[in-house]
Amino acid sequence: MLKRSGIILLALAIAAATGSLTAQTVTSGLRGPAPLNDEGPAPPMLPNRNTSEKEARNYPEQPPVIPHSIDGYQIDLNSNKCLSCHARSRTAESQAPMVSITHFMDRDGQFLASISPRRFFCTECHVPQNSATPPVSNDFVDIDTLLSRASPGGRR
Amino acid sequence: MTTAADEPNAKPEAKRGFLARCRDFALELWQVLIRPSSVFALGVLVLAGIAAGVMFWGAFNTALELTNTEKFCTGCHEMKDNVYAELKSTIHFTNRSGVRATCPDCHVPHNWTDKIARKMQASKEVWGKIFGTINTREKFLDHRLELAAHEWARFKANDSLECRNCHSADSMDITKQSPRASVAHQRFLFTGEKTCIDCHKGIAHHLPDMRGVPGWQ
Repeated sequence: MLKRSGIILLALAIAAATGSLTAQTVTSGLRGPAPLNDEGPAPPMLPNRNTSEKEARNYPEQPPVIPHSIDGYQIDLNSNKCLSCHARSRTAESQAPMVSITHFMDRDGQFLASISPRRFFCTECHVPQNSATPPVSNDFVDIDTLLSRASPGGRR
Repeated sequence: MTTAADEPNAKPEAKRGFLARCRDFALELWQVLIRPSSVFALGVLVLAGIAAGVMFWGAFNTALELTNTEKFCTGCHEMKDNVYAELKSTIHFTNRSGVRATCPDCHVPHNWTDKIARKMQASKEVWGKIFGTINTREKFLDHRLELAAHEWARFKANDSLECRNCHSADSMDITKQSPRASVAHQRFLFTGEKTCIDCHKGIAHHLPDMRGVPGWQ
């Protein structure tokens, strides 16, 4: 008897809970005001940063970001548009930074005459930057800030 | 007058060869053409000549313009499935203002004499169409470098005239360009050191294998 009333109570509670859940619109902060079961309007696409000014790297090994637009740049077996400015032989005319010497190495550390095939597809690591504000902000702290925090006054 | 001369030949005509009959016809036509008209007034002949000329020119030009449309160009699958498909994703097809370039805007000179010269060259393209030079994707890719090289050479020779039909260096406001573009245009375009096609290759279609092309790796 006790067990049966318990089951009934549980059923009632579940029914009430689902009722109240479906009644209210569940939203998520990241998605904005659009309910979870709806697809909200897409935010407008913002332009890419196009200043051509070199940006500081956040950590030494970071692949430098691309500070200009690369719309329609063909990078495939036939051609590599990036290299028509950033290749060693092209930098005098273009005044663009040369592709890092590390990109001439194959995986055994042997230097090749030109870009190693494994480093050929630039956009695998280097990306243009968009001017949109990200929904989740980045709390990355670079090593200099971290060190100066540990020992105020700075110690190098 | 000529029919009388024709009569004796009427009987053995069946035996005469085709070439001989053609020669007779041509001679007869020539006899008519070199004599002054005895039937029509000079005014009628002149006016009829003008009317025929206008009609012929109109028809010629209409036919010429008909072959100068994107619809005509993409009527062949060689163009529709390869170069036209590639054009669609570029800024010369879709962009914010909706102004777009069609095939002849870039590939046929707008100036009449140059246009006729290009149209005569295009007989080679008709040949290619008839004999299926690029009638599969593989054949097209094999010929891509050769085809592209033709266009680069043409643009280089006429100082990128078809680009400049729309993109005038005089009207180019470099303050509205990105810093990279404005520096490059001031250094290379305004000084005449380079022409558009030297840097802007592969902006409307995919590039062929660029090894050995100056400025490419």
